[in-house]
Amino acid sequence: MAETGPKKEVPTVIVRSLSCPGCGATVTIRSFGQAVNVVCGSCHSILDAQDPNVQILQKFSAAMKFQPLIPLGSRGKLRGTAYEVIGFQRRQITVDGDKYSWGEYVLFNPYKGFRYLTEYDGHWNDVAPLRTLPNTTVVTGPVNYLGQTYKHFQTCQAATVFVIGEFPWQVRVGETVTVSDYVAPPRVLSSETTGDKEVTWSLGEYLNGGELWKAFSLPGKPPAPIGVYENQPSPLSATSRGIWRTCALLIMGALLLYVVNAVLSKDKTVFTQSYNFYTNDPVGEHSFVTEPFEFTGARAAPVRVETNADVDNNWIYLNYALVNEDSGQTYDFGREISYYYGRDSDGSWSEGSRRDSVIIPSVPPGHYFLRIEPESERKPGVISYTVTVTHDYPVGYWFLIAAGMLLVPAILITWRSMNFEHLRWQESDHSRSGLVSVLSSISSGGDE
Amino acid sequence: MTERTSFCPNCGAPIAFRWSSSVQTVCTYCKSILVRSDVDLKKVGEVADLPPDASPIQINTEGTYGNHSFVVVGRIIYQYEQGGWNEWHIVFNDGKEGWLSDAQDEYMISFAQNIPNLPSQQDANLGRNYQWNGVQFTVTSRTLAHYAGVEGELPFQYWDKQDVVFVDLRSHGSDFATLDYSDEKPVLYVGKAIDFDDLRLMNTRKFESW
Repeated sequence: MAETGPKKEVPTVIVRSLSCPGCGATVTIRSFGQAVNVVCGSCHSILDAQDPNVQILQKFSAAMKFQPLIPLGSRGKLRGTAYEVIGFQRRQITVDGDKYSWGEYVLFNPYKGFRYLTEYDGHWNDVAPLRTLPNTTVVTGPVNYLGQTYKHFQTCQAATVFVIGEFPWQVRVGETVTVSDYVAPPRVLSSETTGDKEVTWSLGEYLNGGELWKAFSLPGKPPAPIGVYENQPSPLSATSRGIWRTCALLIMGALLLYVVNAVLSKDKTVFTQSYNFYTNDPVGEHSFVTEPFEFTGARAAPVRVETNADVDNNWIYLNYALVNEDSGQTYDFGREISYYYGRDSDGSWSEGSRRDSVIIPSVPPGHYFLRIEPESERKPGVISYTVTVTHDYPVGYWFLIAAGMLLVPAILITWRSMNFEHLRWQESDHSRSGLVSVLSSISSGGDE
Repeated sequence: MTERTSFCPNCGAPIAFRWSSSVQTVCTYCKSILVRSDVDLKKVGEVADLPPDASPIQINTEGTYGNHSFVVVGRIIYQYEQGGWNEWHIVFNDGKEGWLSDAQDEYMISFAQNIPNLPSQQDANLGRNYQWNGVQFTVTSRTLAHYAGVEGELPFQYWDKQDVVFVDLRSHGSDFATLDYSDEKPVLYVGKAIDFDDLRLMNTRKFESW
């Protein structure tokens, strides 16, 4: 026997099970003894997992039995590592007389150790203990961890109300810990303080229930999440930032097109002429035609017809027809120019304008003239007016329309994103300063 | 590393030292605790059955830390109210020795420091800050543990202990420190938390159905 030397292989570690000293039921130890406590699923006796001969550490009567959504013994891969669900506890807090409770799952891998899942109203988190201390000064202050700022969400007293399976710590029903959560969606930093003892920090990351169901090959569907959870990533915050970027880019593009168009437009005055209109002239028909003018170039272009009239507490209406001498094509349009002013108890006032302009889009090149027919009130007087025709006028209003249309989805999504943040912070200790939180979380954005 | 072979003064089984500076070892056959003097081995005690343990590490497990590979040559087992942990004595290929601790599969590698004026057990309270090797550490836990067994080669005599106080300290980085009050003079260990995958362990234990 001396030949084998000291290099003796330790045999494979086998799964143990024990008989519950409370009820005799078989209790499986899935953690190979890494757990500290194991809870009998039949009689709810909390046992020492280290010493299976075990006295009962605590026996609790489960007034309400909580069934873990992921059964003990389920295995699945989380972030590349296989884990088995070995324990489950239900914790409860009381806020303004209302009780809220959530589930915590203990996961185990014999090489990688323990990991946790939490579930509240269909919202899941993948939680791992921290090995690095976060930077924090006050409980409600922000916490800095690895360059990321986490905002305080809430601090509460969480009591364990139900346990089953194995735990790597001494677990007791009724025991309370002070839990503080700090969020930077999709992550949450939590500190747990037990009396004057250890402070333990953990980092959770929001997990989609569907992914979890797939990872653990669970039947059916996960419960649908209710409301907005503290570290739930806003489906809109990334979109919202993205859409503003896209929107800004598109507006810049439109602006560029606008500038290019303005530069390339000839913007040439091809005709300008002043006329007098004798308003009391009894002749029925006042229409006349102008001298012809030419629109040069190869393409159709916008034409602006500008009218300046010295209307003085009266009006003039001009029936225009822009006629193409070559083709006979006619553009008919009427313009009213009116300007009234005066003084009353509120001071001086004015209405209307002495200037009017209209743009006719896409007028083909060619020889043109204007037929003009002025109208006004039949009373003695004269209205002088000047008609100016500008060819290939740079048109800008489409730019404003485009910018406005581009802003609509951006504003809509930002508004919805703010609403999401509002719902998130409504559940926090800082709900009164909700708007401040919403604005600051929008402005600081996420880290991705 | 030269293996020097002796024989157990109790049962006569061959005793091989994997590390020349080992002071103590345990006979794998009769569980005698053997202390090395100048010429021979002296039996100073006997190890009771080791408590059940599910560490994936065992004597002869090999791994890597930084650029150096190491082999596990011994361990001390401690227990406290929240369970137990192992301090695996590791020896590097450059002759350096250190400790790989495994507490519920949380791994840390540390080295004994030669730093004077360490705080006394009474002073090192929760929340106290200390600076060693340019790193600021905060006391995060005090543990009253009891010695639960030894295995393999150790750099010192360690076999008649009872209760031991450990003060654990953490930093804002991956550095951690432990003040060991098992002797009159405290000993400081400073090291880093390390991921299982980064240790690249070989010759680990096997677990049923994993």
